[in-house]
Amino acid sequence: MPFNIYDFSGTTKAVDQFLYSTMSPTWAFVVELAIVGIIILLVYAVVGLYLVYAERKVCAFMQNRVGPNRVGKWGLIQTIADLIKLLMKELVVIRKADQLLFNIAPFILIIASFMAIAAIPFAKGLQAVDFNIGVFYMMAVSSIGVIGTLLAGWSSNSKYSLIGAIRSGAQVVSYELSVGLSLLAVVIFSGSMQLSVIIESQANGWWIFKGHIPAIIAFVMFLVASTAEINRGPFDLAEAESELTAGFHTEYSGIRFAFFFLGEYMNMFIVASLAATVFLGGWMPLHIGNLAGFNHVMDFIPPIVWYFGKTVFIIYVIMWFKWTFPRLRIDQLLTLEWKYLLPINLVNILVIAFIVLMGWYIK
Amino acid sequence: MSSESLVLFFIVGVVLVGGAVLFSHFVAPSFSKSPAKFEPYECGIPAQGNAWIQFNVGYYLFAIVYLIFDVETVFVFPWGVVMKEIGLRAFIEIVIFFLILGLGLLYAWKKDALKWV
Repeated sequence: MPFNIYDFSGTTKAVDQFLYSTMSPTWAFVVELAIVGIIILLVYAVVGLYLVYAERKVCAFMQNRVGPNRVGKWGLIQTIADLIKLLMKELVVIRKADQLLFNIAPFILIIASFMAIAAIPFAKGLQAVDFNIGVFYMMAVSSIGVIGTLLAGWSSNSKYSLIGAIRSGAQVVSYELSVGLSLLAVVIFSGSMQLSVIIESQANGWWIFKGHIPAIIAFVMFLVASTAEINRGPFDLAEAESELTAGFHTEYSGIRFAFFFLGEYMNMFIVASLAATVFLGGWMPLHIGNLAGFNHVMDFIPPIVWYFGKTVFIIYVIMWFKWTFPRLRIDQLLTLEWKYLLPINLVNILVIAFIVLMGWYIK
Repeated sequence: MSSESLVLFFIVGVVLVGGAVLFSHFVAPSFSKSPAKFEPYECGIPAQGNAWIQFNVGYYLFAIVYLIFDVETVFVFPWGVVMKEIGLRAFIEIVIFFLILGLGLLYAWKKDALKWV
């Protein structure tokens, strides 16, 4: 079986051929789905659990503390222990709650994040589904998650949950616009919505460098808007501990609570990898124009390392936001979006259209 | 893999959450049946009334303005894809389109629709 750390398309093709040559097509299809399913599940669990760990360590680092360091070396299996603890906790369902919606809410949140992961290109040939409208698909699917939040808040029949859910709804619908418009910047530059094509178009430099200042503005805008869209950082009004207890998941306990927690971190991973893919070239190594020697050296680092390096960097920046900025008020939050980000974004799109028209960007 | 295989991701999500909740039902204890435990949390005092009330959402206008701009985003994405090929005509059209939209935003702004009450 050919295995190449620089290009996974050979490996996946070989597995595909092996399966189809040894069993009937139906079974091969089922086995293939099972393999992909298990891989995705493992990636999801590992990424989710270690993001929680990373958040605690980063937070501790920023606050001059040690962070988790008792369970395992450097506290590495702390979150796994937490997960086991949460599994053994009683699942309390409020008697006045809407039982069906209360149970469905975590499903919607987690399924939305799984569907978004389907389109993420981890490395060359390591992408489950490569849509020709990839960017659009990611936006559409990742905004389904807010329905889970709204359902959780509404069905709990608790005032804190309700206020948290309403705030989250207002926030997510507002910031959705800026996320879309800042992604549009790169769609104009690359002339495609397919994620793999966008990555290929960055073979001689990432869009954040090739697109001059408008691309940098779009990138910053995307970071701010997506931080708000995933209810994090200074924008975590939906679960503002100091005023709403735990916001929309006040009434959730045990493993159901764990899924809300996991969902938040996976959403962070998804927006970070989208930002890395669209603005920073995804798995594409750092290439500078026609400097063959430099490009060749960069090519030695495997694409999957590049991809995770960029994603982790952006995740770190998002965590940095959370631990340095104080929380905004809801009216400040909406003012920021409607009176600053949206007009700037609209003008930015026009500037980018003009730049593309005149051919002033690096092709 | 084809786009039909998205069903797989749906199933994996259901299996993960459903499996964990089911497993938790077997291993998690449930001792106390005290009625207070199943009340919604309200700072420790007995919960007053129902939370399913008519809530002054306050973002009704935001929702409408959002709807306009979201549909606009959907319109603009196909334009972004073909912008390079069409060139000048696409640019002029998007300027007109954004001018009209900007006027709409300005109107909403002046009417204080963008103010949280």
